[in-house]
Amino acid sequence: MIRIQAEDFDPGAALASLDQGPGVGALASFIGLVRRHGDQAEVVAITLEHYPGMTERALAALETEARRRFELSDCLIIHRIGRLALGERVVLVATTSPHRQAALDATAFLIDWLKTKAPFWKQEITADGSHWVAAKASDEAAAERW
Amino acid sequence: MRILYFAWVRERIGHAEEVVALPPDVTTVATLLDWLAAQSPSHSAALAERASLKVAVNQDYAGPDQPVRDSDEIAIFPPVTGGAP
Repeated sequence: MIRIQAEDFDPGAALASLDQGPGVGALASFIGLVRRHGDQAEVVAITLEHYPGMTERALAALETEARRRFELSDCLIIHRIGRLALGERVVLVATTSPHRQAALDATAFLIDWLKTKAPFWKQEITADGSHWVAAKASDEAAAERW
Repeated sequence: MRILYFAWVRERIGHAEEVVALPPDVTTVATLLDWLAAQSPSHSAALAERASLKVAVNQDYAGPDQPVRDSDEIAIFPPVTGGAP
């Protein structure tokens, strides 16, 4: 399941929405937050832009790939867009599986691949103005390890 | 052809999308970028760093040799930076 939304999400409700049938033994999740020290210090907010249509397709393709690689019972990706203040939730990835390793690995795989493949662009806002965040080689390396 | 721009590419060009009529010699992503860059100083500035641009044709990532047609939706944008820190 893919959700792209401006509004915040309730992590508990999001996790409870995953399939947790009798075959499920593990639920793994990851939440990314807006932090103060991004590309520049003293970030007060970010704005996230996306490409309506392609972003949904890219996230759906990521889910398909995760289900192909790992033994998953369910998968949820929520990514927010628009202006988000310091400390706000940006993204949630959660998976369920019969086994812990598949759930943990699929969650890490999804957040690493999302970073380099899904069309979102982050602008950091500081007291002095705003700047677009540059893609990092370390993010490509994290995606390549899968 | 409909062309969409995102993030700093959009800011440098000055608008989020435009519709262009392709000349006959524009047949690939690479020749499209060359032709677009010659359309105005702001296009030239936005498309100067060719290596740091990504292109999608009909919402799929495309390389420089991919064919393009008038009916395609093209998007030009910087490398993506969503997700978690």
